Amino acid sequence: MENADNTNTGNKKVIRNLLFVVVCMFGFGFALVPLYDAFCYVTGLNGKTGDQFVSDAPVQVDTSREIRVEFLANTNDGMPWEFRPLTYSVKVHPGEATRVEYVAINKADRDIVGQAIPSVAPGLAASHFQKTECFCFTEQVLKAGEEKTMPVVFMIDPSIDEDIHEVTLSYTFFIKPGSEDAKVHTVETAVKAISSVALSTPPTQH
Amino acid sequence: MSAVIEEHHDDHHDHKPTGIGRWLFSTNHKDIGTMYLWFSFIMFFVGGTLALVIRAELFEPGLQFVEPELFNQMTTLHGLIMVFGVIMPSFVGLANWMVPMMIGAPDMALPRMNNWSFWLLPGAFGLLIASLIMSLMGMGSAPNFGWTFYAPLSTTYGPASTDFFIFSVHMMGISSIMGAINIIATIINMRAPGMTYMKMPIFVWTWFITAYLLIAVMPVLAGVVTMMLTDRNFGTSFFSAAGGGDPVLFQHVFWFFGHPEVYIMILPSFGIISQIVPTFSRKKIFGYSSMVYATSSIAFLSFIVWAHHMFTTGMPVATELFFMYATMLIAVPTGVKVFNWVSTMWRGSLTFETPMLFAIAFIFLFTIGGFTGLMLSIVPADFQYQDTYFVVAHFHYVLVTGALYGIFAAVYFWLPKWTGNMYDEKLGKIHFWVSTISVNVLFFPMHFLGLAGMPRRIPDYSLQFAEFNAIASVGAFVFGFSQLILLYNIIKTIRGKSTVKATAQVWEGAEGLEWTLPSPAPFHSFTTPPTFK
Repeated sequence: MENADNTNTGNKKVIRNLLFVVVCMFGFGFALVPLYDAFCYVTGLNGKTGDQFVSDAPVQVDTSREIRVEFLANTNDGMPWEFRPLTYSVKVHPGEATRVEYVAINKADRDIVGQAIPSVAPGLAASHFQKTECFCFTEQVLKAGEEKTMPVVFMIDPSIDEDIHEVTLSYTFFIKPGSEDAKVHTVETAVKAISSVALSTPPTQH
Repeated sequence: MSAVIEEHHDDHHDHKPTGIGRWLFSTNHKDIGTMYLWFSFIMFFVGGTLALVIRAELFEPGLQFVEPELFNQMTTLHGLIMVFGVIMPSFVGLANWMVPMMIGAPDMALPRMNNWSFWLLPGAFGLLIASLIMSLMGMGSAPNFGWTFYAPLSTTYGPASTDFFIFSVHMMGISSIMGAINIIATIINMRAPGMTYMKMPIFVWTWFITAYLLIAVMPVLAGVVTMMLTDRNFGTSFFSAAGGGDPVLFQHVFWFFGHPEVYIMILPSFGIISQIVPTFSRKKIFGYSSMVYATSSIAFLSFIVWAHHMFTTGMPVATELFFMYATMLIAVPTGVKVFNWVSTMWRGSLTFETPMLFAIAFIFLFTIGGFTGLMLSIVPADFQYQDTYFVVAHFHYVLVTGALYGIFAAVYFWLPKWTGNMYDEKLGKIHFWVSTISVNVLFFPMHFLGLAGMPRRIPDYSLQFAEFNAIASVGAFVFGFSQLILLYNIIKTIRGKSTVKATAQVWEGAEGLEWTLPSPAPFHSFTTPPTFK
């Protein structure tokens, strides 16, 4: 009987310890989220760029090097905005602040809140790509049919790897989650967009 | 609360409870083990049927039997059912039956929790299969995003039934965690006097380590499906780029669970093979302690290799190299195990009863799966193999001719102990040869298909893949139907009318506490602890 009691306490201890591990590992799953962000920030994985850049000291322009910066624009599936850069590429010296503009037109008959997500390729350049001004820092509200020109001011940090001669900055506009029933509208607008394209596109020569 | 527990504490009758209550309220490790095994056997036929739908569709190019939407549901549910409904529960069933008997314990440490962990499973799979039935009745799609349920396929684009799936995974997870806690508590607290850790049978050792893996990663799986749940229904953006999340994060969290999971699905089979090979070689296992250390090393390494599933998502070269080398390192302890099995057979007095045949086939065919795994771990090669039938061939070699063959071997090995009757050896051998030939006809051509570039999870393919696909489909149907031989053999053995009675030791070379019990093993065994030398 004493033996059984020992086993009982032993079991309770095992259960307690193991449940503690279970709870910790459940938490660890969620801890992976900030850990992954930190990892991406350090390595530039997935081309995530930092927040608004504020320079403490004037940056030395490195005129000996020239880097070609290309601009891409996308909207997430079914978002009824026309979105494109006004300049498709520029050549810049590292350290030199450059201003380019993007334009977005809301083609829908309702107001839409959008959020642009930037991404830089190659990933190693992401942490050297500094934006002092960007429409991606805040959400953008476009009324039905409204057109808006939006600036980006960026500077490439002179500490960027010598081997990088070309950098691509890509923006994807998303309907801000929660700003409307995003899913329903996405499907609806996708159908509308497809049918409107199908109806309005003049037959092309083959 | 404690009053209730004490009331039942003395309830130690020798007779079995009768009727449906015996199974519903069972706290007996043997009955619960039996239920686990039957449950996984039923799920094996369900998942197998889905596989045959896939192979029927792929018999020739073009769309024959199912629409692509339904095809996607078939691949998804086939994977989920085979992984969570067949391999994992049958291992838990074997652990339930054998671990207490092998360590000289009267039952599992936590019998009531044992009952609960089993009875969660029919609920979990009821939900999952309900989504398929509703889909067949035209009420929206069943889960259709593959068993890996990558975001955003399962979040933004997931069908409504994804929430069924999420709840089902939560229940399976709770079931596995409770099962694992139970096994660890049993092994730590209930070993017979004299059985030190380094004297435990290898099957007990591998399950001990597997249980820790389950405890460590099933909560992570629960976490990832919870994130999916809130992304889908409560406005969070863990995996949605629009809200600042990242779909690639899903893959990291999933595979942090997923890679240890593949070892959860193979380590108990390693244990089974390590019991069977010495028995039929009539020798002690070669390198017992190296087996234990190899298993532990595999378990440790399984936590630091997950990103080899995602080489093509884009990651820094240094990271790719790290995951590549760490993955290749796993071949070392695995090689130790294969070496030890072969060395155990070396100069042994071998006989080739059905369990031994399956064990030898396991060693040979699992090693092929291991080699293709090594090929896949090479980053530049993986860029070509990613998402092709080569990957399908690889993981079916390790899961079917690996994990499942281990389970087949275990069933033949211990069935006489469970039922008291010898199974039909001739039928067993027929089952073995038909299965082993057809499984290679089924999966070996997939290597060539994958190397030639046939993508996985697609219901149609280019004409140049037609011959190998037709061959694979023939193999699939033969393999699938040959499992009915196993079913028939098991039923015949249980009924025991025309079979030989089994002795206590059953196999000439069998050693260990479970073989000291009479066959069939009595309902309650080892009520006083045996002495273990």
